[in-house]
Amino acid sequence: MYTQSLDNHGQAPVDTAAEDAQRCAQFQGRVDLDERIEPKDWMPDAYRQTLIRQISQHAHSEIVGMLPEGNWITRAPSLRRKAVLIAKVQDEGGHGAYLYSAAETLGVSRDELLEQLLSGAAKYSSIFNYPTPTWADVGAIGWLVDGAAIVNQIPLCRCSYGPYARAMVRVCKEESFHQRQGFEIMLALARGTAAQKQMAQDSLNRWWWPSLMMFGPNDADSKHSAQSMRWKIKRFSNDELRQRFIDATVPQAQFLGLSVPDPKLRWDEQTGHFEAGPIDWNEFFDVIKGNGPCNRERLEARRDAHAKGAWVREAATAYALKHRADGLTRAA
Amino acid sequence: MSATQWPLYEVFIRSKGGLDHKHVGSVHATDANMAIEHARDVYTRRMEGVSIWVVPSASIVASDPQEAGSLFEPARDKVYRHPTFYEIPEEVKNL
Ligand SMILES: [Fe+2]
Ligand SMILES: [Fe+2]
Repeated sequence: MYTQSLDNHGQAPVDTAAEDAQRCAQFQGRVDLDERIEPKDWMPDAYRQTLIRQISQHAHSEIVGMLPEGNWITRAPSLRRKAVLIAKVQDEGGHGAYLYSAAETLGVSRDELLEQLLSGAAKYSSIFNYPTPTWADVGAIGWLVDGAAIVNQIPLCRCSYGPYARAMVRVCKEESFHQRQGFEIMLALARGTAAQKQMAQDSLNRWWWPSLMMFGPNDADSKHSAQSMRWKIKRFSNDELRQRFIDATVPQAQFLGLSVPDPKLRWDEQTGHFEAGPIDWNEFFDVIKGNGPCNRERLEARRDAHAKGAWVREAATAYALKHRADGLTRAA
Repeated sequence: MSATQWPLYEVFIRSKGGLDHKHVGSVHATDANMAIEHARDVYTRRMEGVSIWVVPSASIVASDPQEAGSLFEPARDKVYRHPTFYEIPEEVKNL
């Protein structure tokens, strides 16, 4: 999802077999009993590295994810929509903050993580490398992208690593509003003029497939899945979650009177599921590699914001050093 | 303290009067005042709290999970500390 189980930057996780086998077995025993693992508990290094990679990619995705929607804050069509969009984008920044702080409990510093994002070494969800040329895209992102995120994040609330699971509980409480405000935008457009409805349809056409790709490669090609399932970092496979999203979303598109851009999509009486056509994975891997429509622009925007904020960070540091002696009002 | 690596503060929030402060996460800040402002922005965007505590993470002393067995062992076999340990005839009321 926001992490897409693709990237293994940094050193390759240590082979668990090389570590104390008995400790690993004990650790697996705790996981099997559905116990939560906390920061100071012993854990296999591969578990730690997997979590650092997944949680930081998730955090980066929240932060970069502020950009496509942020693009519309100054041009939202009403004060109400503007207030909602600001709140939504601010939430995403908050999600990034919860997640970075969860990642830091594993012994990695915020600076290192930020550096990995800004240098381009770290990955983030491919979905945020698509542009938002129309207002309908703000609706489609809330409805589809946040909708897909919810399907992925709900099982993560039961992830074996305590701080990640707790961050996800907080995030999930906030996501529902994101999806509903997006659907409301789509509904207003779908019930509007022919041109507005067309704008909504065009946006669905562009966001549908990238949203399905958010769940990551098909199970057969997903290299980290089996181990993550054993460790209960992941509870359901990419394809299972994708199917759940399709089943929930297709009827919503039908309600809007919009058509899902998949000529092969059909309802399967036997299985009770919608069956979707094949996904163009070449596009997905291309975007992951850095060749999506906005990869460059997104990273540049992050670097630019970081550089332009340098004086603020420096001033705050200088101010704090000067006033170090001052105490704070006692907690009460 | 470098210009980027600010100290980490643990954040505790009282969700309403009468309840304990509860750990919710952490924030980086140059000082405690900024930590409270960041905690307000990060953890209370929906009226989740009426009071915030921030504590420098470096000041927290924690027990070692490896020693949890021996640390908590003295309480393990003292079941007589629980009311259910005592058998009282059914007809005795209010006990
Ligand atoms: Fe989010
Ligand atoms: Fe969201």
